[in-house]
Amino acid sequence: MNIIVCIKQVPGTSNVKVDPVTGVLIRDGVESKMNPYDLFALETALKLKEENGGTVKVITMGPPAAKDVLMEAIYMGADDGVLVSDRRFAGADVLATSRTLSSAITASGNFDLILCGKQTTDGDTAQVGAEIAEYMGLPHFANVKSISVKSDNNITIVSELGATIQTADASLPCICCADADINTPRLPSYKRKCEAKGNEALIKTLSLDDFKDNNPDHYGLSGSPTQVERIFPPDKNTNREFIEGENAGAKVFEILKAKKFI
Amino acid sequence: MYKKVDNKDIEYLKKVIPNDRILVGDEISEDFYHDELSGTEHPPEVLIYVTSTEETSVIMKYAYQNNIPVTARGSGTGLVGSSVAVHGGIMLCTTMMNHILELDTENLTVTVEPGVLLMELAEFCEQNDLFYPPDPGEKSATIGGNISTNAGGMRAVKYGVTRDYVRGLTVVLPNGEILELGGKVVKNSSGYSLLNLIVGSEGTLAIITKAVLKLIPLPAKSVSLLLPFETMQAALDTVPKIITSKANPTAIEYMSKETILFAEDYLSKKFPDTKYEAYLLLTFDGNHTDWIEAEYSNVADICIKNGAVDAYFIDTDERKKSVWSARGAFLEAIKASTDEMDECDVVVPRNRIADYILFTHDLAKEFNIRIPSFGHAGDGNLHIYICRDGLEKDVWEEKLSNIFDKMYKKAEEFGGQVSGEHGIGFAKKGYLKNQLGETQMQIMQGIKAAFDPKNILNPDKICR
Repeated sequence: MNIIVCIKQVPGTSNVKVDPVTGVLIRDGVESKMNPYDLFALETALKLKEENGGTVKVITMGPPAAKDVLMEAIYMGADDGVLVSDRRFAGADVLATSRTLSSAITASGNFDLILCGKQTTDGDTAQVGAEIAEYMGLPHFANVKSISVKSDNNITIVSELGATIQTADASLPCICCADADINTPRLPSYKRKCEAKGNEALIKTLSLDDFKDNNPDHYGLSGSPTQVERIFPPDKNTNREFIEGENAGAKVFEILKAKKFI
Repeated sequence: MYKKVDNKDIEYLKKVIPNDRILVGDEISEDFYHDELSGTEHPPEVLIYVTSTEETSVIMKYAYQNNIPVTARGSGTGLVGSSVAVHGGIMLCTTMMNHILELDTENLTVTVEPGVLLMELAEFCEQNDLFYPPDPGEKSATIGGNISTNAGGMRAVKYGVTRDYVRGLTVVLPNGEILELGGKVVKNSSGYSLLNLIVGSEGTLAIITKAVLKLIPLPAKSVSLLLPFETMQAALDTVPKIITSKANPTAIEYMSKETILFAEDYLSKKFPDTKYEAYLLLTFDGNHTDWIEAEYSNVADICIKNGAVDAYFIDTDERKKSVWSARGAFLEAIKASTDEMDECDVVVPRNRIADYILFTHDLAKEFNIRIPSFGHAGDGNLHIYICRDGLEKDVWEEKLSNIFDKMYKKAEEFGGQVSGEHGIGFAKKGYLKNQLGETQMQIMQGIKAAFDPKNILNPDKICR
């Protein structure tokens, strides 16, 4: 089975500051890392490969420095990576990002399964996986807990949908967005890092010119219908109420009931 | 003989301490009868939550005049019975003295009350871009308890132990007198270091009511390596080679697959890798990524050359959590795997660790008993647990005693010491005496008598 995993480089800390004047994230000097949710998707892919053979290709859209996150995935066990990088992709919203990624996946060769993380820790929209499926006309499964191979062309997917567990048989190709905490992602390997050193062939870079639809108006800022008015850090609410005394448990119950939490 | 606490004593204590902070007899929870492990158990007659140096002094004065034993206690996370009131009397609980009093950024010190928890102190320092390096596994221990046992922890290889970070102490002597020892000074050659006698004295010489601790700038970055090996011997044989290479990791921990699986069960969480028999866990810190990378690459090469299957990076918060949360749960996880256990916390020269652990494996076979272990391979401090696993009481006690005798004898033969960081308390007194001999014990007893001529402060611990 040939699997493509979509990954993203995000800031290494959740304490990213926002420039109060321009409303832009201050990324200078902030280390980056692989989106933690993507790790679960990548681990799912690597396990499927271990059990059934095939390949795992990682793909990311970002500036040239995003190559690091592809290399990290290779140190974890991915076979190769695709860096989708072009100034004309900059400023993309979720729709333009999904269009870019689906064009890149189409330009990257054959595949059976696409895996995405649930969401990213910087954008948090959780829409890209579903929108890639829409652009590519593929079946899409969200909140995926596990995937098992039924036959060459069929997989069984277990998804957790609120209070419901859905078990579905799907024919390939399709897209699955892995839920969080469904596995313990493996760690990057030093030996794989040494082996990959200097091997430029591991990462292929794609630009707009490599796409079938290479109309720049469909990508980046100009292809994004979303207009962001303002970015600001959320207010930190540290209000606390101490409930003490003999009937503390009952008081907590009353408060939660009044607030309709229970 | 000590005086039993009577109504007159309670009346006095309730006059000087608000009543809601005094518990008497049956009002005291059984949690205060024992610590985390040692099997030592005895109820205090009175439990007082103290809130200041002055209060502590008033109580000590009264106890001294009336010959009532007093035992100080923090979170009760000790492992050798140091904070158990083996003669009853008054227990002073310091958990309400949990304030961080001052951060002095010009002298790089933090002044704290003894009941501040290690995790609270670590978080406070990090928020201020500063670093309190001692890192014992039990983060809910109080700093007063850490000072009292001279706790070590995982970063001792590079940064040393609690003693190295205690600059000054305010203590209350058994007769109630208040002393200031040391201070914010960096150097101090002013006579015998009473400060350093208090550190590690397990509450037998004086009660710590305030501590000035040294801080260092917070290293900007840290990366750990998880190194799998086919055998424990190969893993431990590599440690002296890492040290010889002059690499400077903050931590070198060893763990067996068996212990990791206990932690997985205990936490209901999978560890990133459990394919191999033994693992080393190393951490490197510093301010420059390139520098750290060069250092860990060098060590990874050494380890792979000596049998490590690979070297896995632990470089993000998520990865650190998945590995270090398991490491932090080892003690509790082993505890949960059996009905009863006892521990041995010997420290041996670092180049003898492999031999020592193999010796414990032989003991496990000889006595047909389970002896899991983990520990600080980088500083030679081992945590070895003997598990009862349903043995009859008399069989268990006999086996335990025989195993301990052999273990402590072997540690001594290797040039080691009875305790690396958990202390002597009540449970390990006999082994300390066996190893140190009459002269050293007499000097210790002399020191104890100089501080506490009536032997009312935490009696029957360490050397008396």
